[in-house]
Amino acid sequence: MGVPRLPHLLGIEGLAPDTISGLLDLSETYIDQNRSFDKRRDVLAGRTVINLFFENSTRTRTSFEVAAKRLGADVINMDVATSSVRKGETLLDTAMTLNAMRPDAIVVRHSESGAVNLLSQKVNCAVINGGDGQHEHPTQALLDALTIRRRRGKLEGLLVAICGDIMHSRVARSNIHLLQIMGARVRVVGPPTLMPTDIDRMGVEVHYNMKTGLRDVDIVMMLRLQTERMQGSFVPSISEYFRFFGLDGEKLEAARPDALIMHPGPMNRGVEIDSEVADDIDRSVIHEQVEMGVAVRMACLDALIGGRRNTLSGDAA
Amino acid sequence: MSGAIDRTAPQHSGSTAYINARIIDPTADAEYRGAVLISDGKIADFGPNLFASGAPYGIQSVDCRGLFLAPGLVDTRVHTGEPGEEHKETLASAGAAAAVGGITSLVLLPDNEPPFDDASLIEFVARRARQIRLVNMYAYGAVTVGLEGKELAELGLLAEAGAVAFTDADHAIGNAQVLRRALYYAKAFDALIVHLPQEPTLSRGHMTSGLMATRLGLAGIPPLAEVMMVERDIRLAEMTGGRLHLAKISTAESVAAVAAAKARGLRITCDTAAPYFALNDLAVGDYRTFGKLVPPLRAEKDRVAIIEGLRNGTIDAIVSDHRPQDQDSKRVPFAQAEPGGIGLETLLPISLELVHNGHLTLPHLFRLLASTPAQLFGLPGGKLAKGAPADLVVFDADRAWKVDRDELWSKTKNTPFDERPVQGRAMATIVAGRTIYRDDSFATSARAA
Repeated sequence: MGVPRLPHLLGIEGLAPDTISGLLDLSETYIDQNRSFDKRRDVLAGRTVINLFFENSTRTRTSFEVAAKRLGADVINMDVATSSVRKGETLLDTAMTLNAMRPDAIVVRHSESGAVNLLSQKVNCAVINGGDGQHEHPTQALLDALTIRRRRGKLEGLLVAICGDIMHSRVARSNIHLLQIMGARVRVVGPPTLMPTDIDRMGVEVHYNMKTGLRDVDIVMMLRLQTERMQGSFVPSISEYFRFFGLDGEKLEAARPDALIMHPGPMNRGVEIDSEVADDIDRSVIHEQVEMGVAVRMACLDALIGGRRNTLSGDAA
Repeated sequence: MSGAIDRTAPQHSGSTAYINARIIDPTADAEYRGAVLISDGKIADFGPNLFASGAPYGIQSVDCRGLFLAPGLVDTRVHTGEPGEEHKETLASAGAAAAVGGITSLVLLPDNEPPFDDASLIEFVARRARQIRLVNMYAYGAVTVGLEGKELAELGLLAEAGAVAFTDADHAIGNAQVLRRALYYAKAFDALIVHLPQEPTLSRGHMTSGLMATRLGLAGIPPLAEVMMVERDIRLAEMTGGRLHLAKISTAESVAAVAAAKARGLRITCDTAAPYFALNDLAVGDYRTFGKLVPPLRAEKDRVAIIEGLRNGTIDAIVSDHRPQDQDSKRVPFAQAEPGGIGLETLLPISLELVHNGHLTLPHLFRLLASTPAQLFGLPGGKLAKGAPADLVVFDADRAWKVDRDELWSKTKNTPFDERPVQGRAMATIVAGRTIYRDDSFATSARAA
């Protein structure tokens, strides 16, 4: 089993299929541990992980924190509200300061695309991208892939529709990369104003209509409408958006009868997804995604700073 | 590879002959082996047969040893930090960088702090240039007060104080009525209005729209934002009869729109900056903020169209668009980074790529870099003519070197061309007969024959 060796995890783009499979396989081994009574193993005993969040996030930060603690690492949470820092200047200052405390890994979330790449150039520990602007959110794509793989047995050959606010979504970008690397076919569905330019050149099918976009798909991934990132008029109103692009039972009929429903959370019920669909225990795997998230983040931390890394790839610097 | 700046270079009252040079005469579209005679800071004579049998007794001569001798570059789009942000660049450091780059005249953009919307700032630049004693420095006046695009600045008073043209720098004037009035009013002073065509409401992104912007998750600026404004500005120029020069053309559609306007006989001119024919949007991959420019670096097809526009005469001039930014402005996430790149020292070698690659002849290149901008802005240099200022550059077109930001003379190091291998370098820069820069390998000083 190939446990990948990476200096950082900044994005999915450019990863080899074997690397992704290796991370998913490693994640599988942590699922049982997480479900057992004794959840802790000392794989990362003595290591320090810093969660550096420049953007508010309860879910992702908690997930990383739980993951690191279950592996025995010491975890420090730094919530740096963007409003209280003076933009990027402080980003690098903060990075250098934390770096001097000799952490083994820093998990970073930032509201600007590329901020995590920039930070990774200034520190000599492993950096995990916990979501940067509209660029990438690699652990989300990995946990989505793990959820799908466990339900469907594979990723290759599946037809996946990613729906909603594609333009502002780092989740969409990471998933497009990952699913295509692993041999799945991807459709993006949403209003033209929320489609980034030349998205079709990333190899996806573009649909502006939910019924045609969802036809015969195996997986429906809904995205949160990111009203906080929207400057200017992208959609006329929430109710109009829900009418045409919100997932409800009627639109879902176009998909395969056993199609899975996914959402990265937090959900805007009645905006992009109807409660009836979101809570359908036969089809919605939204809570399973959260569970897989912990396992995937344990695998990422293990792969980057676990003991095996020190013996096989030498200096952890 | 190094050279020396000499602010105290004397101005000889006598004559100096530059012999054994390959002379580029852009306005005559000629290139030949010959000599140039300088007297009292002016070009006294030049030609293929001058001093063919050696310089006469009693005048100094400089043997150019077969290097090129051409009018010094005239760069009409330069920003420095003086006044306002002297930690980024002073007029003195910009003057030295220009001299090293073979540039003999600069036209300084007005977007300083304070902006050049007041005659005293124009006089300030002239006074500083006299003190610095390097290259010629001229200044633009602002078109509108505070570069805000609302109220006209005192164009007449600014012109009287020495402003050679008017622009709001990288601030596009979105209000058509304001630009229309500026073009009309400027006719009273036969003033040139230089406008950056970028539709403001479509230009709020951080790089050119397209696959790269989508992959990087950066808000895009569509190429359309430029051509829309080019077309609007052409209509305004046609309607008013004012003198309009479009700055930093960067897209294929803009080149086509300007070509169509010229074909209709309109008096429109335009320039582009070196990055737009030498780089495309791949240069900002991996979030390289040194490649964040206004307008943004475009797609490869646009780059190719800019070269064709230079070749076929649609584009009249090349500028450096020198804009120093310090680390605090560039070592931040891409969207927060200040746009702009330095360009004084790379303007000549990057432009020479057009010659090395067979797109342009040397005389054509020096029309783009020297004689045409000088003529458009009404400057005395930029040409070989008897009585013209002896503003000249001696350069080695083949000298290979690699751009290294730490070796550049500018105070800040934000070059989009860092680590690029280039060919061509100034060996000596002469302003009004004074040799203000000399490469070490061209160190033989003028000797009496």
